[in-house]
Amino acid sequence: MGETSFPKLVSPNPQESAHVEGTMAEPLLEMRNITKTFPGVKALSDVSFEVNKGEIHCLVGENGAGKSTLMKVLSGVYPHGEYTGKIFIEGVEQTFHSIRDSEKAGIAIIYQELALVPEMTVYENIFLTNEIRNGPLIDWNETVKRASEVMKRVGLDVNPAAKIKTLGVGKQQLVEIAKALSRDVKILILDEPTSALNEVDSENLLNLLRDLKANGVTCILISHKLVEVIGIADKVTVLRDGKTISTLNAHAGEVKENVIIKHMVGREIDNIYPKREHIVSDEIMFEVRNWNAYNPALGRKILKDINFHVKKGEIVGISGLMGSGRTELALSIFGNPDKYRVDGELYIKGKKQRFHHPNQAIGAGVAYVTEDRKGDGLILIQDVKQNITIANLRALSKRGVIDFNSEIQAAEQYKQSLNIKTPTIEQKVMNLSGGNQQKVSLGKWLFVKPDILILDEPTRGIDVGAKFEIYTIMNSLVQQGMSIIMISSELPEILGMSDRIYVVSSGSITGEMPVEEATQEKIMNLATN
Amino acid sequence: MSSATTTRGSKPVSFISNIARVLSENVREYGMFIALFAIMIIFTITTEGTFMSSRNIVNLVNQAGYIAVLAVGMTLVIVIRQIDLSVGFLGGFLGAVAAIGMTQWNLPVYIVIPMVLVLGILAGMIIAFLVGQLGIPSFVASLAGWLIYRGAILVVTEATGTIIINDDTFNALGNGFIPEIPGLTFWPEIHKLTLLLGIIGIVMLIFNEIKNRKNKLAYNFDVLPMDVFILKLVFMSVLIGAVTWLLAGYQGLSWTAVVVLVVVAVYNFITTRTVLGRHIYAVGGNPEAAELSGIDVKKITYIVFGSMGMLSALSGMLFASRLRSATTTAGTLWELDAIAAAYVGGVSAAGGVGKVVGSIIGALVMMSLTNGMNLMGIGISYQYMVRGAVLAAAVIFDVATRNRGK
Ligand SMILES: Nc1ncnc2c1ncn2[C@@H]1O[C@H](COP(=O)(O)OP(=O)(O)OP(=O)(O)O)[C@@H](O)[C@H]1O
Ligand SMILES: [Mg+2]
Repeated sequence: MGETSFPKLVSPNPQESAHVEGTMAEPLLEMRNITKTFPGVKALSDVSFEVNKGEIHCLVGENGAGKSTLMKVLSGVYPHGEYTGKIFIEGVEQTFHSIRDSEKAGIAIIYQELALVPEMTVYENIFLTNEIRNGPLIDWNETVKRASEVMKRVGLDVNPAAKIKTLGVGKQQLVEIAKALSRDVKILILDEPTSALNEVDSENLLNLLRDLKANGVTCILISHKLVEVIGIADKVTVLRDGKTISTLNAHAGEVKENVIIKHMVGREIDNIYPKREHIVSDEIMFEVRNWNAYNPALGRKILKDINFHVKKGEIVGISGLMGSGRTELALSIFGNPDKYRVDGELYIKGKKQRFHHPNQAIGAGVAYVTEDRKGDGLILIQDVKQNITIANLRALSKRGVIDFNSEIQAAEQYKQSLNIKTPTIEQKVMNLSGGNQQKVSLGKWLFVKPDILILDEPTRGIDVGAKFEIYTIMNSLVQQGMSIIMISSELPEILGMSDRIYVVSSGSITGEMPVEEATQEKIMNLATN
Repeated sequence: MSSATTTRGSKPVSFISNIARVLSENVREYGMFIALFAIMIIFTITTEGTFMSSRNIVNLVNQAGYIAVLAVGMTLVIVIRQIDLSVGFLGGFLGAVAAIGMTQWNLPVYIVIPMVLVLGILAGMIIAFLVGQLGIPSFVASLAGWLIYRGAILVVTEATGTIIINDDTFNALGNGFIPEIPGLTFWPEIHKLTLLLGIIGIVMLIFNEIKNRKNKLAYNFDVLPMDVFILKLVFMSVLIGAVTWLLAGYQGLSWTAVVVLVVVAVYNFITTRTVLGRHIYAVGGNPEAAELSGIDVKKITYIVFGSMGMLSALSGMLFASRLRSATTTAGTLWELDAIAAAYVGGVSAAGGVGKVVGSIIGALVMMSLTNGMNLMGIGISYQYMVRGAVLAAAVIFDVATRNRGK
């Protein structure tokens, strides 16, 4: 592991690491008997959690286990008094009343949804709410200088004056970390930081965490990617149903995938990609020919000469790095809501089609589960029921008037078949955990009863148990004759679920192969050329 | 599961605590009813009962009518994350157009009213075109409309000044009352038809609530505990009953009140029961997600602004009818009253949240303030300040309770 290799970067604060070794024994953070309830849900019950100085401590658990809630308690999002239990930092009891309080105590939390201002520059963002002042004014020279220093520390190699919106997600993530480091962070909390990153960026981020650790920064990392957890953790705490199940120590050899899964799910899962009989018919359900798209907003061509097809009962995997144009491909097909200039031909069941709005695509039997469920997938302020039925209210209404009883029945049906964890279908979607939100998103599109289902990163941020469930659902869907196009940047998922694979790289298809001939290396090579 | 499903609770202790819990869980929903109630009680005391007199309540309803109608349309505009500042002067201008239609072009009233409503829809569509098609912020687009219609009012009233309307049918809209059931001569001091309508209203309300509750119970949803549910029904019945009684004791239900009730009933039905309503709230909740769900966001924008224009026209005609004339100042500050009413009634600036019924209550709150302070003889300058403070309080309340309950 990387913890012994000292970083090449110069720590701006050399005493820090010395300081760490001196006080190794005392836990830096202790959360004792934390209980937190929401109306109808006990999110945390009597959770205890201990983190030592200088360690990378991973927090894992199924969707809705309470990981984010625990971190929100720690960071003051849920202020003292809204939960029961005690928090100690370096032995001193803490009562945070706001995020500001926890920041003062040296806690920085980076949420999965990044909290940067897109229109502002990198340096402005880094020092936002922590401005360096010279009297009443902001000292911009010092700001830029100090920003450059922390940027170097996190290995962020861009112009400090670049606007955030011009950076990719991976770099934005680094800006967030730089922002945390700029204010002397003792405990850095990352909630699913790699779920939106490609393999390369993820690896960079994990290396950075190892470097920071060597510099004395303590990290709490929430992740559903067990491979990376096993690769980086000193300790792993498993939560299930709001309770601590175990804390495993990597240095004692306790951190093993099957152990973690068993503690998380409560049972053993031997193969997370459930078997199915690959019976693909010869009927071509969906085909795209000579497909090109130009994005006027960016002023460049985003898709070049794409040809692909999907047969009835087939799962076609579309692999490629983030930013390779996979989502744009899906959007350009699905009624083109972003108004690209598109040419090419689209055939559905052999019939030539052209969609000018998503509703036409839906009408023709195509459904698209978006990559960004919070951004453009769900209506967070509405309830589970309303989200599931919104794309197909026609089926539930007569002359424009909704039949509430059938709506409830439809929503209940998907709640059960997808095993959505929620007290009632009248719960607002924003109160669900990430994985359950994803299931709502899936339910919404299954209710459209499509022939062709496009899934864009269907298991992002989802726990192993729920992944298994979603894969099982996919299998049963294709067995009923549905065709699935699965866009994914997770290679094991592509290899585990597809019948056939296309690889996309910078807007073009660079390879096609049946799954039997595919390997990780082959796909990676095609994806990066 | 959830404690709110408890339907027992005959002991008085649990009854009180049930009420307290239901109130605290639903402060957002009941808050403005409580506020309205409090304001009414305060004014009744400070005016020694004049505020609650039959005559004044009728007056209040007629005064609130044109703002209430605007507030309904504004609710939907704010729900889809837009704003329309042009509604006041558009209403004022269209009121003048109606007056001109009747007095100078000699058109019959049953042509003038639909014609003006259609003009309103067209005016709304123009803003929708600027906003939805060209992507101009609605604040700017409607501000332009504000200026243009202000000018237009001045132009059409330039020659004559105030335009007097002599059409009795038209003027009845703002001043008249529904007729009495023919042939009923007993009990002359009470308006029987009004009373009958009130009773029908109460029966329908109780029937509906019970049906809803049964439905919810069948699906195991949270419902109010039985005792609190009954209390709520009693409270609402008494409220409707009291208002009905007051109105019936004067001249009965005014045509303005009828118009407002019809508008509220129609819009409430559309927003809560129809696909269109669901689509409007979806666009407000998350426009990108709505578009990808197959909803035509542009079409919704046209419909919502079109309806706003139509209601502006209606509002302008109610006002002109009430004054029996079109004036140069008609429309001044109406848009702000409507926006304030909507916010007091609980719409959220973030979009996707807000009920039509809430905005009507909001309009009543704002108009009660004006009316009550007028009765107390408080100067106009202080009236503005009080109304501003109430608006601020309403929004603070909204923000403070946003994360409470469900
Ligand atoms: N504001 C809220 N109101 C009501 N319930 C909530 C709220 N926030 C979280 N919950 C519930 O608390 C439980 C724990 O949620 P939490 O977000 O902590 O899960 P998680 O472990 O982070 O899951 P994921 O891996 O999916 O992100 C879930 O059942 C969730 O529905
Ligand atoms: Mg979470």
